[in-house]
Amino acid sequence: MPDSKNAQSIIAGIDVGGTFTDLLLVVEDGVKVVKTPTTVENQAYGVLAALAETGAPLSEIDAIVHGTTTTTNAVLERKLSRTGMITTKGFRDIIEVGRRTRPQPYGMFGRFEPIVSRDLRLEVPERMDAAGRVVLDLDEDAVKDAAAQLLDLGCESVVVHFLHAYANPDHERRAVEILRAVWPNDYITAGHELLSEYREYERGVTAAVNAAVRPILHRYVDRLQSELTQEGFRRDFLVMNGNGGMVSARLVDREAAKTVMSGPASGVMAAAHAAKRAGIDNLITYDMGGTSTDVALVMDAVPAVSNELDVEYAMPIHVPMVDVRTIGSGGGSIAAVSDAGLLKVGPESAGASPGPICYGRGGTEPTITDANLLLGRLNPENLLSTENAPSLDAIRGTFNEKTAGPLGIDTDAAAGAVIRVANDRMAGAIRIVSISKGHDPRDFTLFAFGGAGPLHAVALARELGIPRVLVPTRPGITNALGCVVADVRHDFVRTANRPLDLVDMEEVQEIMSAQVKEGKGLIESETIEIEDIRVFHGADMQFVGQTHLISVPLPRLDTTREEIQEIFEKAYFDRFQVELPEIRANLVNLKTSVIGERPDFDLGRIMDPRLRAETVENARVGTRQVWFDGNWLETAIYERDKLPTGGQFAGPAIVEQMDTTIVVEPGNSVEVDDDGNLSIEIGDHS
Amino acid sequence: MSNIDPITLSVIQAGLQQVCDEMDLTFSRSAFSPVIAEADDRSDGIYDAETGELIAQGELGLPVFVGTMQFSTMTLIDFIKQGKALPPEEGDVYIVNDPYLGGTHLMDVRFAMPFYYKGELFSWLSNTGHWPDIGGAVPGGFSANATAVEQEGLRLPPVKLVKRGEMDPEIYAIICSNIRIADQRIGDIRAQIAALKVGARQLTALLDRYGADTVKSAIGEWRGRAAQQMRAKIARIPDGTYIGEAWVDSDGVVDEPLRIAVSIEKKDGDLYFDFSESSPPCRGPMNSVIATTRSSVYLAMKHIFPEVPINAGTFEPLHIEDPVGTFLYAEYPRPVSGCAAEVSQRIAEAVFAALVDPLPDIVTAAPAGSSGNFALGGFDPEKNRPFVMYQISGGGYGGNADHDGLTNGCSTIGISKTQPIEVLEQYYPVLFHEYGLREGSGGAGRQRGGFGVNYTVELRRGEAQASFVMDHGRVGPQGALGGKDGGPNTVTVYRNGEAYTPTHLSKDQDIPIAPGDIVAVGTPGGGGFGDPHDREAEFVLRDVKRGYYTAEQAQDMFGVVLTADLNAVDEPATATLRGR
Repeated sequence: MPDSKNAQSIIAGIDVGGTFTDLLLVVEDGVKVVKTPTTVENQAYGVLAALAETGAPLSEIDAIVHGTTTTTNAVLERKLSRTGMITTKGFRDIIEVGRRTRPQPYGMFGRFEPIVSRDLRLEVPERMDAAGRVVLDLDEDAVKDAAAQLLDLGCESVVVHFLHAYANPDHERRAVEILRAVWPNDYITAGHELLSEYREYERGVTAAVNAAVRPILHRYVDRLQSELTQEGFRRDFLVMNGNGGMVSARLVDREAAKTVMSGPASGVMAAAHAAKRAGIDNLITYDMGGTSTDVALVMDAVPAVSNELDVEYAMPIHVPMVDVRTIGSGGGSIAAVSDAGLLKVGPESAGASPGPICYGRGGTEPTITDANLLLGRLNPENLLSTENAPSLDAIRGTFNEKTAGPLGIDTDAAAGAVIRVANDRMAGAIRIVSISKGHDPRDFTLFAFGGAGPLHAVALARELGIPRVLVPTRPGITNALGCVVADVRHDFVRTANRPLDLVDMEEVQEIMSAQVKEGKGLIESETIEIEDIRVFHGADMQFVGQTHLISVPLPRLDTTREEIQEIFEKAYFDRFQVELPEIRANLVNLKTSVIGERPDFDLGRIMDPRLRAETVENARVGTRQVWFDGNWLETAIYERDKLPTGGQFAGPAIVEQMDTTIVVEPGNSVEVDDDGNLSIEIGDHS
Repeated sequence: MSNIDPITLSVIQAGLQQVCDEMDLTFSRSAFSPVIAEADDRSDGIYDAETGELIAQGELGLPVFVGTMQFSTMTLIDFIKQGKALPPEEGDVYIVNDPYLGGTHLMDVRFAMPFYYKGELFSWLSNTGHWPDIGGAVPGGFSANATAVEQEGLRLPPVKLVKRGEMDPEIYAIICSNIRIADQRIGDIRAQIAALKVGARQLTALLDRYGADTVKSAIGEWRGRAAQQMRAKIARIPDGTYIGEAWVDSDGVVDEPLRIAVSIEKKDGDLYFDFSESSPPCRGPMNSVIATTRSSVYLAMKHIFPEVPINAGTFEPLHIEDPVGTFLYAEYPRPVSGCAAEVSQRIAEAVFAALVDPLPDIVTAAPAGSSGNFALGGFDPEKNRPFVMYQISGGGYGGNADHDGLTNGCSTIGISKTQPIEVLEQYYPVLFHEYGLREGSGGAGRQRGGFGVNYTVELRRGEAQASFVMDHGRVGPQGALGGKDGGPNTVTVYRNGEAYTPTHLSKDQDIPIAPGDIVAVGTPGGGGFGDPHDREAEFVLRDVKRGYYTAEQAQDMFGVVLTADLNAVDEPATATLRGR
């Protein structure tokens, strides 16, 4: 394992979440962790407050990496800048009518508001065909008129979206030139620049989102940068992108849509880093918070990236982003008994407000967190110490009334059932996420973080046949850690769309070589320190005539035709149990990811060695009764900060720390590794 | 039966559901036909070994198939008992597409696999997939003027396509000799079988874990509880009789509307559906087989109560009398190709119309309710090959107690997306001139209907024929509780500059199209909900600013007068017009 030679650099990773802004400052002799309330109106205040609380002069900090939800919130709350769209005559409604969908398979209710309102979408005569040939010349005067009209209507940002611009962007480019001459600012987005891919709805929405959040992100970043500079910071700060890479604050707003899903991406980056250091290749990351759970796959220490994600119903953002899937299960998920007399947990959630009953903020419905409390898995003394907290008896009363009574079982069993049903639902979702990509969960390690993840991780692993769970030192600041350790990453996709036996293999190599060259060039232009560059190739494939794709890794730049055929056939058989010798293979896309690896960060530094006890026995702070599968067991309670590295112990046990609680079941064995991760072997528990 | 605890029951039920979802996923992801791979026109489920009743069905299946496959599985079991089909052995897969044997139309091909656990028949795994062609008079199978099922394609009784794990080459050859583009069907057939195999693998794992006896009693218990849940839902409906109707434009052959009349009686906690007042059987392909008629009712109820699970118990409180002597009870050899796509949606509309009175907070005004099938087939000289372009479309949803209807929502029976224009223009010699929101089409109401779409498409080269199977051309989707109807469907073909409107408005076949000719379609808007004069004037103003309605329509449809600059509501004039 490389020694941390680069400990001299002082780096601050800052993640702004819904409730808290987390900061992790890496200094020469250790780290500082700061948690401040998120300032919702302008996240910058919280960021500056967190930096101030570290006491470190900004002039001595070498890099500030920032994960922000500024654009995410803007889209979800539709607090967007006034944006106009100029589009091909006959097609201004593309981003409103969509592709004929409804939010759910069943139920005729549903609503949708387009990103750009219809009165701000103007048409101009122009037309390309699918081959990129001009059918109708661009009416340049119409573009000028449209620009004037949109400015009159008070638009601050503008997006140009023409049909088939992916095939020939000339008209879009020319329209942008015309706009540059009259538009009072730089907020001009052209659809093809962001996403050069066919499908007018997806490309149009992606471009419209970009245009609509760009001024918001720009103002935010600009103000924060000048505040930082004023305080003595000497460089551009860096912003996390949704693909798990980072980009300079100066450049980030041009492709603002790429930051829309950046929040969950940094957590996955941290997981990948921790796993790599621990010598683990394949991870399923499991981040369970108050209202939802994020799940992602990490293969060969690199997070899987997708360019087909939707932020919400009918809101596709088709730029490469870490493939994080969200499940509506969180600590606040509500348990209820259905008309059929069955227990249901979620997706309805008490959220953070009013939250679970035990928070004492007016919650009246039983939640997963309340169940964890009743079963002794959460420490009642910590949770019920707040001012208005109800008594344990009051919570039991509510469980009796709303779950145990209707189910005809006792309170303990009802609380246990809530946990079991919730776990079952999450496990099912994780299986679908992994198997739909053709992977077997049993080949993975489960990396658990978020406030509630470590409470449920072991049970999920057992359910899924996952042999091991890894819980990082500070599960609650994983996203901030991700900002510190994230790499610089560039993804390239080039369409080939030809039967494999007709593909020119020399051309394949040329395409991928060019992708590697471009990626390396981009990485070398960054100011942040890069230690090594890794390159991954892959291909999207199918049998001729199919529409769905299956992604396969290509081991080398010069992978042969025969090898590709073999890799594809094997992957297809593993997934579908089908061989199709009658039908040819089709090579659809060639993909290359170029990753600039940052210097290794010694995760051991996150722990404070002064708190550590000599032995595991000394880290044990007591025992309490905890419910495991129908039995109350007297269970050892450990304090996480006191656990020595290399220490080993067996379940049942509860490990408590400031930002989470870890449940270790009977039959599990735990080891504290050198980085301070708890490595939990599930063992044979059947 | 209730010796099983509710938690184990929950877990096993979720497990069975997941087996079905994985079958759905496998089928779509490995299929070749876009209609399955992209449009998800397929469904998978688990059925009782003895009775064929539905145990669990994938939530990702096409809604029109809710409950249908149990009827074909029941028929198969019956055929085996009567000796009309060979008895099952491990590794067999039966194929059947006969509409009169518990089906829909010929294109929906059902596979049924006996599932054995430890050597014993435990259940049936079945799926259905819409094949892009099944032979017959026209490519794709939607012959608008067929008068007998033989014109619609190859009809298969239940026969074993796979025998003890080996595909029967003779049956396979018969199928391939009778359908178009046969060379790619092998891929779809393998995909359809693969889904069943994946289901068998997952179901075996579930049984290994919980034991066959426990799973069996969970299934029995779950059936009862699903019935209990449906009864709890319909308990909200007061006892009484509720009437609804809906109209199919025509059968495509005889230009007369077909009436669906439903009377729903709520008594003793159950619902009784009577369709006997509906039109008699028709000559053209708009007849509905009984399995489809029943499924359409189930589908409508599932849309009203989306949270109820799908299994045989769910349907137990829904009693549907066989509407013998109507076009909703088609018997051999009545043509039926239109039943799955269009008639099913009209049946659902009639049910919505009947139940919006007792359930105004959860039932909407009528949605567009057409699949909007438009097929353009011809020859592309540039690519030197024949082509068939299928275009489906959506329309407006009905307004409801809470909000305006969704614009361009999916058909009631479907979940598939339309193809992007950029994809259609890449594959076919066409150029779209417009694809947009159909202004004015949303039915007026306190909450208005959503809007349909307008599209116009030109043939660029070669030659082609246009065919349409749509509906709601004669009357728009109905408004509810004082709301007005949505705009009806329109089809106009401009040949050599001259406008041609199909006689049957929404259905026609083989209209010759030359380069430069243009097809223009306007899809229905949703029905309005509640009195339009109760709509907030500010919303009407906003809708006019967005160009959804003209100022004139604001007055005529909503009783709202705007100022001359269209920037504000003229309050006094509006109050006068609205009479208050």
